[in-house]
Amino acid sequence: MATAMETASPSRGQKLREFWQDYRRSPVAVISLAVILLLLALSFGAPLVTPQDPYDMAALDWMDAFLRPGTEGSGGYAHVLGTDNAGRDMLSAILYGLRTSFVIGVSAGALALMAGICVGLVAAYSGGRIEALLMRIVDLQLSMPAILLALVLVAMLGQGVPQIILALVVAQYAYFARTTHGAATVERGKDYIEAARSTPLPTRRILFRHLLPNVLPPLIVVATVQVASAIALEATLSFLGVGLPLTEPSLGSLISNGFKYIHTDRYWLSIFPGVALMITVVAINLVGDQVRTVLDPRNRR
Amino acid sequence: MTQALDVRGLTTRFETRKGWVTAVNDVSFSVAPGRIMGLVGESGSGKSVTGFSIMGLIDAPGEVSAGEVLVGGRDMRKLSPEDRRKMRGRDVAMVFQDPMMTLNPVLKVGDQMAMAVRVHDPMSKRAALDRAQAALETVGIPAARERLEVYPHQLSGGMRQRVAIATALLHSPSVIIADEPTTALDVSIQGQILAEVRRLADETGTAFVWVSHDLAVVSSLADEVCVMYAGRIVETGPTDRVIAAPRHPYTKGLIGSVPGLHEPGEKLPQIPGATPQLVNLPTGCPFRPRCFRATPACEAPPPRVALQDRVVLCHHPLEGTA
Amino acid sequence: MLGYLAQRIAQAVVVIFAMSIIVFVGVFAIGNPIDVMIDPAATEQMRDELIRRYGLDLPLWQQYFLFLQNVARGDLGTSMIYNVPVVGLIFSRLPATLDLVLVSVSIAGLIGIPAGIWAGYKPDSKSAKIIMALSVLGFSVPTFWIGMLLIMAFAVHLGWLPSGGRGEVGTILGIPTSLATLNGWSHVILPALNLSLFKMGLMIRLARAGMVEAMRTDYVKFARAQGLPDRQIVTSHVMRNIMIPIVTVFGLELGSTLAFAVVTESVFNWPGVGKLIIDSILQLDRPVMVAYLVMVVTLFVLINLVVDLIYARLDPRVRLKGGA
Repeated sequence: MATAMETASPSRGQKLREFWQDYRRSPVAVISLAVILLLLALSFGAPLVTPQDPYDMAALDWMDAFLRPGTEGSGGYAHVLGTDNAGRDMLSAILYGLRTSFVIGVSAGALALMAGICVGLVAAYSGGRIEALLMRIVDLQLSMPAILLALVLVAMLGQGVPQIILALVVAQYAYFARTTHGAATVERGKDYIEAARSTPLPTRRILFRHLLPNVLPPLIVVATVQVASAIALEATLSFLGVGLPLTEPSLGSLISNGFKYIHTDRYWLSIFPGVALMITVVAINLVGDQVRTVLDPRNRR
Repeated sequence: MTQALDVRGLTTRFETRKGWVTAVNDVSFSVAPGRIMGLVGESGSGKSVTGFSIMGLIDAPGEVSAGEVLVGGRDMRKLSPEDRRKMRGRDVAMVFQDPMMTLNPVLKVGDQMAMAVRVHDPMSKRAALDRAQAALETVGIPAARERLEVYPHQLSGGMRQRVAIATALLHSPSVIIADEPTTALDVSIQGQILAEVRRLADETGTAFVWVSHDLAVVSSLADEVCVMYAGRIVETGPTDRVIAAPRHPYTKGLIGSVPGLHEPGEKLPQIPGATPQLVNLPTGCPFRPRCFRATPACEAPPPRVALQDRVVLCHHPLEGTA
Repeated sequence: MLGYLAQRIAQAVVVIFAMSIIVFVGVFAIGNPIDVMIDPAATEQMRDELIRRYGLDLPLWQQYFLFLQNVARGDLGTSMIYNVPVVGLIFSRLPATLDLVLVSVSIAGLIGIPAGIWAGYKPDSKSAKIIMALSVLGFSVPTFWIGMLLIMAFAVHLGWLPSGGRGEVGTILGIPTSLATLNGWSHVILPALNLSLFKMGLMIRLARAGMVEAMRTDYVKFARAQGLPDRQIVTSHVMRNIMIPIVTVFGLELGSTLAFAVVTESVFNWPGVGKLIIDSILQLDRPVMVAYLVMVVTLFVLINLVVDLIYARLDPRVRLKGGA
């Protein structure tokens, strides 16, 4: 049945259109995508839309501490989501924090993707001892929870955005390496790679022009999931006290700060940044899920 | 005489992203007890889907949308899913193409067969194993008792297919649907199994629907043959008559391309063109673009023409030669 | 097979050694523990004495060598904060973590596997979609945040369960455990549930994937053609096939749950190994960090080794390749 209906290699534009047609089948995934785009716009436009710059200690007023959501503070505007113990407007802090989270998540994901592709392709292409060694390291790393690795790395490297990104890359590249390697070994056995190898094309060219396009679809799925995972990991690290400090608000440090007041009725300090984190991470994962479903050849009808 | 299996107007369709596709289109045929009906066609012609439709084993995104499937006079399509399940295995059974895949690799042969026995006839495991042993002996498996104790991977492909056939025979069903059961086997094993099936049909009165793309196999085994093209039966009649004198141009082309049915050295003719895609079938007769007898009249749906010894779905059936 | 075994064990030993060096060097890079430990008002003399006592004045390679020597004697060093041998310290915290891991893995398996099987059996049903949505939640929402919500809901708002600590501890088979007392159980429920959600998401996905795969196989179609009811097909035919990978992952996950406990233990103030390692990272208690990491690495290498060997037994192709 499927073979009878397969059409001869469609153009890239047509492929994209078909992809979008399939993607659209899940309303949840469409909404998730819209939510992500909205959050991206709001967080990167934070200086334009928020009433306060939470980085600016001078703008904070101790008199405004612990205002309930909706209360008007000394700035003359209502704090929609309340304020924290230092008088920070929670909405502003959350949007700025979200921006930090996006920057960390996306750059960690992108760098880990590149590192993982290199390791995976080199392993698959060179074979033998190099392949065995590289993949053994990757396997071992994968069997350990990323959180543990990231925790130790951040503890070693110290606090700060670049340090966290580096720690996340080291903790996450292995997922991409495994996926690349797995897909590349399958492709390696196929005739077209053999054919390319028997021509005097440089190795690099075979790797990137021929192998890479074929391992890309599974990597896209892993990348989406890993960006979400990086955002969650950063928040966890900050919560545990080894990530970003509160002066450089990320969602994790905001929640961590709110956690101190968990036994009081000041729920807004932890609930709102937590909800923002949850919506972000879940939306990205739902998008990744649908991309996986669409790209899975077994789900082609 | 009542038919063991009577299929009337069976239609099965699948939902794809390009809309509904009709894989089996208004298929009708019947098989008498002890007879073997060959269902032939290229891959994608709908012959396997016909088999699964008869069993009531079409899952979403597919559905049997019309027709009757009468087994022993009862229309399986009118039964509740539960009653239909009870007929499967007991009244109508099925054997699959790949014997490597049809048996569960992690269960012993005897356990799998005993399960199939006890689902319809509650009895002790011991008694069920006895019945399984008897079934294995019926299909000519030596040392049947020991075979019950092994796992499928310890058996050869031919042996596994015999186990599958024996499993289908456990409840002496009136119909067995065999979906290309010898395609994956060596030719010598294939011959043995074909002989066994012929004998079983004669001795037990079981009717077989033998789905195959291999006209040579069907011509040596089946009493009647249905030729399928693009989901329709285009020609049906007694096997020897159809082979000797095909009346549908497609059947003629199909017979023409089988090496075994030719003189050595004779050039094999081929049907021009490719199997059509079910999503965009041509209007009227689907074989029209490949047919050497096509005329403008073929743009209308082909009529069902009853000839003296067969039925043909064609505007311009070939002349009978005998 | 024997050659394969020896080769794998040798590999494992090398990996453990390499990792111990990395861990040692890495941990050395973290701050100066003396600054944390010592009273700022302390004299230069006290400070020097402390440095000498912990061997912090020696070159790094000598410190590592000393560490190895001590490891050979079963001594992984002395905690700078608690001033007790770290092996004893870690083992004294282990039972608390094991309580948590045991209960949470059981919850994950008992709920996750049946839910996943159902979702794979009827992938298009509403209930399956809800199960999968929940698994995405369990999978992606950070553990610490769910833990906080649990505390807020069940401890602070409803007041049904305690928000932290281990509760009354009894003993079973000589091991101190919270599972021996009702009060202990009331303490373990929330953190265990929290810790289990991620695994549960994983189990649901695994079981569902296995189920979907199995339902497409010919042997399932053949069983259906025999008239077996679906319930029996799932319990007798499919379960056997999908349990093999699930059990394997389960084993692997046991180890990672142990490590994952750091987050949950911090949220629920659970006095286990995870809380210990977080505290020692924050307090720069180097010997505890090194010992913990070396033990965790060893644990993971061992689990990997065992899984490899089991696979080699199950899959004759792996065995032949290794033996050649």
